[in-house]
Amino acid sequence: MKYQQHNVSPNNFEQCLKCTICTVYCPVVPVNPNYPGPKQAGPDGERYRLKKGDFYDEALKYCLNCKRCEVACPSNVRIGDIIQSARIKYSKQPTPLRDNILSDTDLAGKMATKMSPLVNFMLKQPLVKTVMDLTIGVDKHRTFPKYAKRTFVKWFKHDALPYQKDFSRQVTYFHGCYVNYNHPKLGKDFVKVMNAVGIGVQLMENERCCGVAKIANRLTRQAMRDAQINLGAIRKAVIEQGTQVVGTSSTCIFTMRDEYHHILHLDNNDVRSQINLATRYLWNLIEKGEITLVFKPDYKKRIAYHTPCHMAKLGWNIYSIELIRKIPGVDLTILKSECCGIAGTYGFKKENYKYSQAIGSALFEQIEELKPEIVATDCETCKWQIEMSVKTPIEVYNPISIIAEALDVEATKKSNNV
Amino acid sequence: MKFDTIIIGGGLSGLISGIISAKKGKRVAIISTGQSALHFSSGSFELLSKENNPLKAIDSLPASHPYSKIGASRVSELANKVPELLSEAGVAVTGSAESNHLNITPLGKIKTGWLTLNDFLTFETMTDLKGQKAEIINIKGYFDFYPEYIALALRKLEVEAKAQTITISELERLRKNSTEMRASNIARALEGKSLEHFATELNRIISPTTDFVLMPAVIGLANEKPLDTLRSRLKCPVYFIPTMTSSVPGIRTQLQLVTHFEKLGGKFILGDTVTDGIIENGKLRSISTSNLGDNVLSADNFILATGSFFSKGLKSNFDKVYEPVFDLKINYLEHRSEWYNDDSYAPQPYMNFGLTIDGDFHPIYEDKAVENMYAVGSVIGGCNPLAEGCGAGVAILTAMHVAEKIS
Repeated sequence: MKYQQHNVSPNNFEQCLKCTICTVYCPVVPVNPNYPGPKQAGPDGERYRLKKGDFYDEALKYCLNCKRCEVACPSNVRIGDIIQSARIKYSKQPTPLRDNILSDTDLAGKMATKMSPLVNFMLKQPLVKTVMDLTIGVDKHRTFPKYAKRTFVKWFKHDALPYQKDFSRQVTYFHGCYVNYNHPKLGKDFVKVMNAVGIGVQLMENERCCGVAKIANRLTRQAMRDAQINLGAIRKAVIEQGTQVVGTSSTCIFTMRDEYHHILHLDNNDVRSQINLATRYLWNLIEKGEITLVFKPDYKKRIAYHTPCHMAKLGWNIYSIELIRKIPGVDLTILKSECCGIAGTYGFKKENYKYSQAIGSALFEQIEELKPEIVATDCETCKWQIEMSVKTPIEVYNPISIIAEALDVEATKKSNNV
Repeated sequence: MKFDTIIIGGGLSGLISGIISAKKGKRVAIISTGQSALHFSSGSFELLSKENNPLKAIDSLPASHPYSKIGASRVSELANKVPELLSEAGVAVTGSAESNHLNITPLGKIKTGWLTLNDFLTFETMTDLKGQKAEIINIKGYFDFYPEYIALALRKLEVEAKAQTITISELERLRKNSTEMRASNIARALEGKSLEHFATELNRIISPTTDFVLMPAVIGLANEKPLDTLRSRLKCPVYFIPTMTSSVPGIRTQLQLVTHFEKLGGKFILGDTVTDGIIENGKLRSISTSNLGDNVLSADNFILATGSFFSKGLKSNFDKVYEPVFDLKINYLEHRSEWYNDDSYAPQPYMNFGLTIDGDFHPIYEDKAVENMYAVGSVIGGCNPLAEGCGAGVAILTAMHVAEKIS
C-alpha cells in the first residue's frame, strides 16, 4: 500500500499545511474584509467543495488571480489555480454583459480602432463615463487606454513585413491585444530592436487574444476557442518554422504557458518552453554571445522597475532588470514588489474600483517618493494603473521600448553584421 | 546566469549565509521555493535551551553535532557576533550566549532562550516579576492567542494577572471574516491613526494599578515603528507574547533580513524551486529551476540551506529518507520502525536525520565530497532541534561559519 507517494492531487492541493503564509501576502485581504483570503478560498474551501459544490462562496470573485499566494507558498500549492478553477466550476452567477464586453478585447479593439478618434473622445467624457458606470457598472473614475488609429498588424503588414525575410534568423511575435489596438508603438519598438540585431519578425497565423480576461471572467468556452487557435498557431511557428514565440506582455506569456494548461487543461507541453518573453529572449541571445546591443552614449535616465504579479509568478523579472542594467546611462531602482491593484478587468469593475486603488496605494507611494523619470514594467495593465494613479504624472514604459529608445541602431547593426 | 555564490533556501540559514557573502562583496543569489519557517517563529532564538550556559556545554556534545563540527571556540566567537549582525539588518534582540533568559510561549510555557526580539517579555529568573500586577489584553475575535494559558504562566511567576479583551472600530471591520482575523491582518490595521485610537482605548480600559500590559504580538509587520508608538502612548509598560501562526515578529524579521540582503546587492529569487543540478568530478557545475528552465544558474560556490522535512530539504517515503534535489548522502536509520518513538513527547529519532557532511560542511555525492558545495542549517541534522532547543542556533551559526570561510 504505497498510495501516498504516487498520489498527487490536482493543483497540489493536499500539500497545503494550513500555514497561512499565503494569507499574509494576499493583496486583497487587507483591503477587502469580504474576501475569505487565499487559504480559506483555496485549499481549505476546496475540501468542502469536493464534497458538495454548495459550499462554494461567491466572494471568491474578489480574487485578483495575481498568484502572489503561489509565489509565497512554501509547499508549491497552486492556490490561485484552485480558486480560479472553483470560480469556473461552481459559480452560479451569470456573467454580466459588462464582463463580456471587458473580456472581449479583440472585438472591442477591432471596433474601436475603426473610429478611434471618436471612441477616444467619448471615453474621456465624464457624461459617457457616468452612463457606463450607472448602466453596466464600469467605474467612472477609470481612465481608459486610448485606441490607435491604425492597428499594429496593419502597420506591420504594410511597413515591416516586406523586408523581414531578408534576415537569416526569425522570431515569431505574439503582439497581444494591447499592442495591436492601443499601443502599436511597443510592437514597432520590438521590430526595431529585433531587426537591429539581425532577427526578422513574423506574426502568428491568426493570433487571438491570449484569453486571460475571459478566464478571469469565467468565459471559459470563449477562452478555450481562442487558446486552441493560438496553440495551433504556436505549434506551426515552433515546430514547422523552428522559431520561438516571443511576447512583450508578461501576462499574455504567463497565460499561454501556464493558464492554458492549469486552468483550461489544454496540453501545451510540446511548445511551452518556446513561448518566451521578449526581455528573456534578448538576454539569452546576449548571454550566448549571439547578438550585441550598442547604446547611445548620451542616453541618461533614472528608471524604477515594477515587477508585475504575473512576472513575479513567472520568476523572470531578473531578465528585464538585467537587460535594462545593460544600458550604461541608466540609474535603475527596483521597486518593492507589490500588486498595482488593477488585475486586468478587475479594476474596471465598479464594485472593485476602491479595493483596486487601495491595493495599489503602497506601490504608488513608493513611486511618488522615489520620483523616477520613468517607470519600467512588462505589463500593460500595470502601466494604465500606475499612469492613472500616481499623483505626479509619470510615464510607464515596457523595457523593450526603453531598449529601443536607448539603442544606437546603426552601431548595433554594424556590430551584428546586419 | 553566473553568480559567485548561490544559496538554495531563503530561510534563516540561507539569509544569514547570503548577508555574510554579500557583505564580502560577492555576487550572491538566494533561491527560495516560498516564504520560510521564520513566518512561524516564536521570536526567540535558541542556542542550547536546556543549558544554563550554552557556550560551556558545547564541549560535551557528540562529535556528530553541528556545533562540534564548527568547534567550541569558534561557536562562541560566532555566537557573540550575532546580535550585531542582526541589528545591522534592523532586527533588535536581547540576550547572551553565556546565560539563557526566560520567556513565555503562546501556550503559556516558560521557556529558555538565547536571543529574543525586543518585542517580547523576557526575564532572568522565575522571581523577577514576583508581586507585580499584569493585565493580559487580547483583541476581540482573535483566535490565535489564549489569555488563560498566559495567566497560568504568570501565576507560576507569582504575578497577579487579569485578562480582558479590547476592540476598536477599525478591528471590528476585520471581524467580518472570522477566518481572516489573523495576526498579519491585525498588524496592518493597527498603524497610523488606528494605532493612536487603539492606544487611547487601551489606556482607558487598563486599571491604574497595573504594572504592565501583555498583548499578543500583532503589531509592527514592516518595521518596529508601531511598537515604539504604542510604548510611548501607554501609561504603563507593554510587552508582547508570541501568538500561534503566523508570527508578526517572525514575518518582520524575514522582511528585514531580505531587505538588508538586497541592499547589500544580493538577489532574492522567490517562488522558484531548484529541480536538479550537474555534479561532475566532485563539483556542482550548475543548477536548474522550475521557472528559469533552460537557463541554468552557475556559481563558484553553492550553499544548501534547504531546511529539514517541513521545508522539503529532506523527504521521506515508506522506504527511505532522501535529499530530493541532488540525491546527496543522508545519515539516517535504515529501518522505518526506528524512525519514531511511540511516546510523542519523547525525542523523535527522525529529527536527527540529515545530510552526511565532512568536516568542512561539504555534502557527499556518490561517496565523494562535493568541494564547492556546503550544507548549513537544519538540512544537516546531527542534532535534535526540538529536544535540545538548538534550531535557530544551528541555522545561524553554521551559516556564519560556512559563509565566512568561503573565499
